[in-house]
Amino acid sequence: MLQFMLLFSRQGKLRLQKWYQAHTEKTKKKITRELINTVLTRKPKMCNFLEWRDLKIVYKRYASLYFCCAIEDKDNELLTLEIIHRYVELLDKYFGSVCELDIIFNFEKAYFMLDELMLGGEIQETSKKNVLKAIQAQDLLQEEVQATVTALEQLGFL
Amino acid sequence: MSVLQALEEKLSKMPAPMRLKDLIRNIRAARTAADERAVIQKELAIIRNSFREEDNTYRCRNVAKLLYINMLGYPAHFGQLECLKLIASPRFTDKRIGYLGATLLLDERHDVHLLITNSMKNDMEHNTQYIVGLSLSCFGSICSPEMSRDLAGEVEKLLKSSNAYVKKKAALCGVRIIRKVPELMEMFIPAVRSLLNDKNHGVQLTAVVLITEMCSRSPETLLHFRKVKEIVPNLVRILKNLIMSGYSPEHDVSGVSDPFLQVKILRLLRLLGKSDMDCSEAMNDILAQVATNTETSKNVGNAILYETVLCIMDIKSESGLRVLAINILGRFLLNNDKNIRYVALNTLLRVVQSDMNAVQRHRSTIVDCLKDPDVSIKRRAVELCFALINGNNVRSMVKELIFFLDKADPEFKAYTSSNIISTCERHAPNKRWHIDTMMRVLTGAGNYVPEDSVASLIQNISESSSLHGYIVQQLYKGLKEDISQQPLAQVASWCMGEYGDLLVGGAIEEEEPVQVSEDEALDLLESVIQSTSASQVTKEYVLQAILKISARFTHSAERIKKMAAPYTQSLDTELQQRSVEFTALVTSHDNMRPGLLERMPPMERKDEKQVNGDMNGESEDRKPMKPPSVQHESKGLLELLETPGAPMPNAGLSLSPTHNQKTEPSSSGGELLDLLDTLDLSGPAPAVPGFQPLAPMPSQPAPVNIMDALGTLEPMVAQPQADLLGGLVNNISGPSIPSVIAVENPTLKIEFAFERESPDKVAILLRATNPTLNPVTSFLFQAAVPKTFQLELMTPSGDLVPPNNSGAVTQTIKVTNPSRQAMRMRYKLAYTVLGNTSQEQGEVNNFPPAMFS
Repeated sequence: MLQFMLLFSRQGKLRLQKWYQAHTEKTKKKITRELINTVLTRKPKMCNFLEWRDLKIVYKRYASLYFCCAIEDKDNELLTLEIIHRYVELLDKYFGSVCELDIIFNFEKAYFMLDELMLGGEIQETSKKNVLKAIQAQDLLQEEVQATVTALEQLGFL
Repeated sequence: MSVLQALEEKLSKMPAPMRLKDLIRNIRAARTAADERAVIQKELAIIRNSFREEDNTYRCRNVAKLLYINMLGYPAHFGQLECLKLIASPRFTDKRIGYLGATLLLDERHDVHLLITNSMKNDMEHNTQYIVGLSLSCFGSICSPEMSRDLAGEVEKLLKSSNAYVKKKAALCGVRIIRKVPELMEMFIPAVRSLLNDKNHGVQLTAVVLITEMCSRSPETLLHFRKVKEIVPNLVRILKNLIMSGYSPEHDVSGVSDPFLQVKILRLLRLLGKSDMDCSEAMNDILAQVATNTETSKNVGNAILYETVLCIMDIKSESGLRVLAINILGRFLLNNDKNIRYVALNTLLRVVQSDMNAVQRHRSTIVDCLKDPDVSIKRRAVELCFALINGNNVRSMVKELIFFLDKADPEFKAYTSSNIISTCERHAPNKRWHIDTMMRVLTGAGNYVPEDSVASLIQNISESSSLHGYIVQQLYKGLKEDISQQPLAQVASWCMGEYGDLLVGGAIEEEEPVQVSEDEALDLLESVIQSTSASQVTKEYVLQAILKISARFTHSAERIKKMAAPYTQSLDTELQQRSVEFTALVTSHDNMRPGLLERMPPMERKDEKQVNGDMNGESEDRKPMKPPSVQHESKGLLELLETPGAPMPNAGLSLSPTHNQKTEPSSSGGELLDLLDTLDLSGPAPAVPGFQPLAPMPSQPAPVNIMDALGTLEPMVAQPQADLLGGLVNNISGPSIPSVIAVENPTLKIEFAFERESPDKVAILLRATNPTLNPVTSFLFQAAVPKTFQLELMTPSGDLVPPNNSGAVTQTIKVTNPSRQAMRMRYKLAYTVLGNTSQEQGEVNNFPPAMFS
């Protein structure tokens, strides 16, 4: 089970955090800070796994963003790399050639996408097509409501 | 919201709150941290205002902004209730943001989260599957035990729905529920079996995960699933389809069909097959197929192979399969990809115990990994190397490991050096190689060698008596090159102290024997003790060595005296004590010095497995030295404790010469009857040595002839061992021994009562009573036993025996009789009555034969 997933930039700014275990705010901040420091100091040629406290950390760098997952001892590290890759592919398909700015300005959409891929720390859907379909449908639902509001705005009522 | 409301809001003067995008842009545009804070605080104030005014329209936008600000690190708990309101709203957008806010801001630590339970329940019954999905996602992220109990029923119902989208989410929520409240497991068991037959991969996957979770939590459920006939064949069938079926674009990852599902199935198979023959047999074929058919060029394939190997090693697979698995790991080791190598080393470490031979084949690759620049790989490789050492490969492996040690980071040095030392002890082919290797480790690891390794090394050296000359030469050379390494300095100075005569004697069969003069040796020791890098412990070792050397070297007495003198004022009590004692010894009792400082016999190694009463075994482990008894032909009852000089590694005690010259300056020079008691050396906690000076010294100097009379018998040797504790722990009760009257004269009656402490050891409880009308003062009882016995005299309770049997002086005498001979004892009694001193000697030979039966 994934314990948490963090996305952060090369300057150490947090872009996304998903916690599957409850921690206090203070603990979360501490973990985030420590982990960001540890990962950022790793040299580029080193392997993508490291042991930290009693967890295994799997991280991968895509352009300027680090995707960092913490898994339990019995989980498969190589598969976690695949999960991270799948997530990036989905974001890429959705945003069209995703970059860090997309994730900054549309952070809520990044969360929605993650929630369609994983639930409670486990993968729920292995088909890229299905995930994207679900996201599109929900976006459509959102827009239907939005359409009414926009129409009123355009008519000058709002 | 109604059009009228919207119009009203617009007509009021409130401007629309900033869009999320604009806020983000503004924050990023801030040049300094202070600017950013200002922007954020301003916006937070506006948001708080609009929350207070219950602004329905823009609540969603405001919460989104709040969530962004929260991610930057600012507290946002006032938004929690707003999330509740959003969730309760009928609009999808609101719900979406509301649930997102709930997962980010509310978790089981906050009591507020229970308030959303009702909304969640309603949403789980909603018509729109996406709303159900939102609710389930939120539940899966943040549910607490209470929430689980409330909503478990709903989740279970959804598990049976016909909608795959909902089913898979419900299954993972089930996983979460089981984690939080294991008792609720049973309600999911019936529903889950049918899920496996679903066509949708997502449903299959989540069902497998659910079953895995159930089986790993509860052994009964595991048994249940093992027995259910369809499960294992079902899983095998699914896996087979995945591998054999052609390209399926929907689930394909780099040529592998749905690796996620494959891995999860393998994981479940591992759990089911563990220690179960039938299940394992059913899986053998498919495992072999997966192992051979999977593409290994990409990470995906390797992920599957990794899981397969783990599966094979855990279940009761046939040996061919196991060999196949280890070969796969061997191939991994040669892979260029560091991740794969790391994973391989990790797994090999887990299987090396059970499949040593197979892993040995890959030894050279593993040794190569020691040179990898990546620290995680190095760590794994080192552990694995130590696990692989056996009698055959120990030389080459240790050579490699020593290379590694030389270049290693400090964090590795301590681990590696202590492991090399313990490995050498187990597998060393011969003593000389052992000693050489130890020396290499000392120089290579410098100050990182742990303390018990120093002690064990000293013990080893003392055992290999033939090599003493060689050893001391090597150590001298090593120390000369570098005096700053503490472990090396400690061991070298101890050896020089013990075997210094061999060093200067020079007759060693070596390629380049070193000609060392006494002065050179002393120079070296002096430089060590005066060096700033010398630790406290090292200084103690060196000082003791210098003192011991005075008995080994022939020409350096003066110099040594001068060297020891300054330390009489040292601020360190240990150094001060030793040097003061030495100086006193040299000035007044120089004839005793050689005996005192004689070479130590080889230390007995206590077998670590010996469970001789825990405290006994433990304390004996920690003191590799057992002070031997000093045989002294010429000196009658001279009895002094030999002091090895080296302090205990853990306890930091010092065994200093325990002669009580300081307390008895008036006694005539020469013999002293020293009935010293044991030192309290044992116990894991460092204890200050407390020695109880035993019999009070005779107030008059003892005439020599008495000593001669007793001289035929063995001088008493007090055993400063943990036998005290041994006595405490092991009270082997044998048949009780009757007490005897040892001495009886008109003035005193002395009785011996016996208590058996061990088959070899008996404690004699002496009791002296006085039937006369006058008190007896200065009562002193001394005893001597035949050579084969060992005697310990404890402190008497006093020296005044009250008259009329109104009280007694008691004393404990411990006798050890390893050779089981008949017990004999000669005694000397001294006491004063009415100003008249009397002395008496005699022999006690009415010891009961049952004493040592």
